[in-house]
Amino acid sequence: MSGVWVWLEHQDSLMAAISKETISAARQVANNLGQPLTALLFGQDVAGVAAAAFDLGVDAVIGADDPVLATFRVSAAAPLVVDLIKERQPAVFLAGHTSTGRDLTAWLAADLDAGLVSDAIQLAVDGDRVVVTRPVYAGKLLGNIRITEGLQLITLRSRAFPAAEATGQTGTAEWLTVSLDEADVPEKLIAFAGRDGGVNLSDAKIIVSGGRGVGGPEGFAPVQALADVLGGAMGASRAAVDAGWVPYDHQVGQTGKTVSPDLYIACGISGAIQHQAGMRTAKTIVAINKDADAPIFKLAHYGVVGDLFKILPALTEEFRQRLGK
Amino acid sequence: MNVVVCLKQTPSTTAVFKVNDGVVSWDDPGGKPQVLNPWDEYSVEEAIRVTEKHGGKEAIALTMGDEGAVESLRTALAMGCSQAVLISDPAFAGSDTLGTARVLAAAIQQQPEVQLVIFGKQAIDGDTGQVPVQVARKLGWTPLTFVTEISAISDGAITVTRLLENGKQTVTTPLPVVISVVKEINEPRYPSFMGIRKANKATIPTLTAADLAVNGGTGAAASKVDWSNISTLPVREGNVFMIEGATVEEQARLLADKLFEEKVI
Ligand SMILES: Cc1cc2nc3c(=O)[nH]c(=O)nc-3n(C[C@H](O)[C@H](O)[C@H](O)COP(=O)(O)OP(=O)(O)OC[C@H]3O[C@@H](n4cnc5c(N)ncnc54)[C@H](O)[C@@H]3O)c2cc1C
Ligand SMILES: Nc1ncnc2c1ncn2[C@@H]1O[C@H](COP(=O)(O)O)[C@@H](O)[C@H]1O
Repeated sequence: MSGVWVWLEHQDSLMAAISKETISAARQVANNLGQPLTALLFGQDVAGVAAAAFDLGVDAVIGADDPVLATFRVSAAAPLVVDLIKERQPAVFLAGHTSTGRDLTAWLAADLDAGLVSDAIQLAVDGDRVVVTRPVYAGKLLGNIRITEGLQLITLRSRAFPAAEATGQTGTAEWLTVSLDEADVPEKLIAFAGRDGGVNLSDAKIIVSGGRGVGGPEGFAPVQALADVLGGAMGASRAAVDAGWVPYDHQVGQTGKTVSPDLYIACGISGAIQHQAGMRTAKTIVAINKDADAPIFKLAHYGVVGDLFKILPALTEEFRQRLGK
Repeated sequence: MNVVVCLKQTPSTTAVFKVNDGVVSWDDPGGKPQVLNPWDEYSVEEAIRVTEKHGGKEAIALTMGDEGAVESLRTALAMGCSQAVLISDPAFAGSDTLGTARVLAAAIQQQPEVQLVIFGKQAIDGDTGQVPVQVARKLGWTPLTFVTEISAISDGAITVTRLLENGKQTVTTPLPVVISVVKEINEPRYPSFMGIRKANKATIPTLTAADLAVNGGTGAAASKVDWSNISTLPVREGNVFMIEGATVEEQARLLADKLFEEKVI
């Protein structure tokens, strides 16, 4: 067994942010193991993504270009990956901890009888094993987990690793001849509804979140305004989602999304342990709350005690001027 | 058609843990608070709704765990599941997710007329979310994950909507399938008084290794994932820096200064 493989995700022929992060993490692992880094690229019209992967420093690209693979469906893609792994025996397989990466790696683990560790925030190499650090038990503890034998399947948390940088390197991808029949894939796509604008929470560098303290659906306007001026995404606590003020895909926390932005601004959020579970790994945390004893101030790096309806507009105006927006 | 819901008993989120030599123990003065895995409240509810709305007959709750896990099965019965089965054997202890999936798949195969298995998105102890797809593979059924809506079950097919990073995807697939659900799918009901009484009186059968034809390794010996090195979080350096000022404009200016200094903007 030898070689580090990364699974590439893409949309509209552009590589996904998570895959740039996966390449940088995988590069380190490959260097430490002294093994080559190979990217796996499945889709339709993805030659540009292959070029981008070489530019980001992978040593080889194995591609499959087929209309049946245009939109990721695990039943279409995974059997091909299983065959490839059996044939070429990589040592490590890395993917994003995304809907795609999670489905694919769980399938691979089951079919290849391999160990799988999800949601890594740090990787180290010890001998031929990768040691994965990841939050466990609602983010209250860290696991330092390793797969004891055979293939090592690992998924990576979004934004936990830096994105790979351009190297100027070029290369020639190996395109597999696949003959897929749409009739063999059980999942038939009927419809797709894209998110109503805004940034994907998991990929967002900056998140401004509102909680019960915003008081109602219209209370999210100043939260959104600050997010907009900062080019960030809007998040919410479960209390705000359960009240019906914002849709579920904004929820941050144990039963929502796990996020790792550079900056997380919590407005009118008390900071319950279940909320913390979803945002604790943010680099800089700001809390705005009128209650100086709110638990969020124990986690925050910067705190403002006061009324969010006064502070948020002032902050939005300040950034508007400084950022020239 | 019958529906199976697989569920797990987990430590409650507020549980206080201690770590000794990489091994986690509970440090709660008030005992060991356990709950039905919060994500599984939605899968139990959905299994019951499938019997109410989509013509399912029995909603069968399964868990693999120790004897204490029977409590979460009683919760599922009290909410409205019609049957519950505990899968318990010392031989299964220490299984990784794949070992767990093999046992669950063997138990599901013993249940009559099952076309649909429902899971929660993940369990809040390990937070891995690996078991649903692994069970699907062991059964050879199609996995459909992160489901926010079951819109139809008819003519041997199911139509669901899935929540992905960039939007919502609607797919239709022939039965049988294994799905995992997210919170948006429903609002779990509270157990009724009658439900609780019934659940407390119900006899819950136990399946052991001898009762199941498990295909492949299970238990600690077969686990390929070493979880024996858990640590506490690094101690956070410094306290929160409070932004004070005579006016909100001054506070805004100060905070902006800090955030530019931190280079997060
Ligand atoms: C199993 C389980 C899973 C859960 N999962 C999640 C999850 O994924 N995500 C999540 O967020 N929660 C989750 N929760 C809920 C969590 O326990 C809290 O109930 C929730 O996070 C509280 O939301 P909140 O902070 O918005 O509301 P509150 O706790 O009510 O806090 C509101 C805060 O707003 C402040 N405030 C009010 N008005 C103003 C104002 N004008 N200006 C400034 N501040 C103001 C108040 O001082 C208060 O601190 C979960 C709970 C359970 C049991
Ligand atoms: N031992 C188990 N018995 C029944 N269901 C389980 C078990 N372990 C995990 N699950 C279920 O599988 C789903 C995903 O869990 P996990 O992969 O452990 O994060 C959740 O709905 C869990 O309840």
